[in-house]
Amino acid sequence: MSLLSAPTLAHYLVLGAILFAISMTGIFLNRRNVIIMLMAIELMLLAVNLNFIAFSRYLGDMAGQVFVFFILTVAAAESAIGLAILVLLFRNTGSIDVEAQGRLRG
Amino acid sequence: MTLPTFTFYAFAAILIFAGLRVITTRNPVHAALWLVLSFFTAAGIWLLLQAEFLAIVLVLVYVGAVMVLFLFVVMMLDVNFDSLRQHFRSYLPIGAAVGVLVLFEMTLVIVDSAIGRTAAPPPPTGSNTRALGQLLYVDYVYPFEIAAVVLLVAIVAAIALTHRERRERKHQDPAAQIKVRREDRVRLVNLPSEKPPG
Repeated sequence: MSLLSAPTLAHYLVLGAILFAISMTGIFLNRRNVIIMLMAIELMLLAVNLNFIAFSRYLGDMAGQVFVFFILTVAAAESAIGLAILVLLFRNTGSIDVEAQGRLRG
Repeated sequence: MTLPTFTFYAFAAILIFAGLRVITTRNPVHAALWLVLSFFTAAGIWLLLQAEFLAIVLVLVYVGAVMVLFLFVVMMLDVNFDSLRQHFRSYLPIGAAVGVLVLFEMTLVIVDSAIGRTAAPPPPTGSNTRALGQLLYVDYVYPFEIAAVVLLVAIVAAIALTHRERRERKHQDPAAQIKVRREDRVRLVNLPSEKPPG
């Protein structure tokens, strides 16, 4: 396989893997910032969706695109509730630092 | 190099760069804008994969709604973001190491199993939206309705979490209205009838 050949399934899957690794690194790097962590989760879901769509195209099965549709729905709900919790967290503690939220440690 | 091939590599490069900027930029507003760019680029790649409906949905729902919500929250909260990046450098080695390892393992598995697979012919109807609608409203109609319920729960939860009762506003309290008894409201006063003078 030459490096710049016409894209095959492996190209799309590697692109999805790169995105997934980037977003996982982002969760490690921004350990204190909840907003960037939520954005990294969105990026991770995008990588998963890219995998689903690539498989759907290359295996000729439309069901993969239906699952992407459901993942988009759940991700929208997740980010809405996550941001609501974030607003509540900031209102109650005045900070969105994850490491300052040790109150539930027990 | 044909045009679709060039488009794939250009979009992949932009997507990876935008993803890297999302996790490394200092300002969360900039991170949100880079995330908008990565969603838009991913929509372009989905168009290459002939998932036209989902590409448009990604732009409309994500760039149009979710990222605007992110920007709204980032700008509304008055957070001191510089203090949140104090340990950024100390997390960098472990984060990069884990990321590179995960990428290495995934690439090994993918290249070993998925190389050289050519694309299946597109569905015979030709229209991606028609085929997706056929699947969604016939085969997956119950999951579709459950997705609607999930969205409803998300709406109710978001409102219930962030709704703040304002004390200075006049409002009815139905519980108090129901609990009220006759003795609280009605007082019978027994007045002696007044005699006419003379």
